Amino acid sequence: MKTQPPSGKSSRREFSRALALGSAYVATFAAGWLRPFQSLAAEWNKTAFDAKVLADALKSIGAASVIESDQVQLKAPEIAENGAIVPVEITSRIPDTQTIYVFADKNPQPLVAIFDIAAGLEPFISTRIKMGESSKIRVLVKAAGKFYVATQEVKVTIGGCGG
Amino acid sequence: MKIRAQLQGDVADVKVLMFHPMETGLRKDPVTGEIIPLHFIRRVIATHNGKTVMDAQWSQAVSKNPFVNFRIRGAKPGDKITVNWEDNAGEKASIEATLN
Repeated sequence: MKTQPPSGKSSRREFSRALALGSAYVATFAAGWLRPFQSLAAEWNKTAFDAKVLADALKSIGAASVIESDQVQLKAPEIAENGAIVPVEITSRIPDTQTIYVFADKNPQPLVAIFDIAAGLEPFISTRIKMGESSKIRVLVKAAGKFYVATQEVKVTIGGCGG
Repeated sequence: MKIRAQLQGDVADVKVLMFHPMETGLRKDPVTGEIIPLHFIRRVIATHNGKTVMDAQWSQAVSKNPFVNFRIRGAKPGDKITVNWEDNAGEKASIEATLN
């Protein structure tokens, strides 16, 4: 169990476990709080994040029409026992991917995250999200002004918003 | 915050773990019964040698102690990767890794 595969889920799990245990994992890290950032919060899309229904959230990011695409790959569990930690992995094969949006359709606020992909970043993101109840995870990819979508139904056993 | 950046050919695979409660504003304190206020990381920026490669906006629905994995192309030994976050209360943190 201490081997270190080059990539993929087992690697991530291994990494997380290592961090959780505080083991002497070979990691390059330094303490934070080093420097301020320059007024970044101004660019947080409050309207989109505050939207309480999916249609409003989609409208506020300008996604009036979306194209279903198998070039947007979404990996998430079919059943999530704990809605507080649902792993989501997104890979876009759409050229010039600019932005990746993650939604959980039935969350109190459906929009979960926006990732702007600058030149030099692979159109790949892996993270963990909270889901209040069973619903679709919806990933939108914005490329050349168009929106592409992939969805996956996730059954949540215990919701992860309140408690 | 912890970061692990590994070079695989000319791609840097970066895994970051942030320490943050990511409170949804819906949870009650089990002792007092009072609502725990909304408190979450809402902006995350990653740079490669000073150039922004990822600029993320998050809601409170990213999991507690957020994890994110991303990959940077055109990376080489000695390159510096930084990750900064800022939350809705104005708290900030930053971390840097050097590829080897």
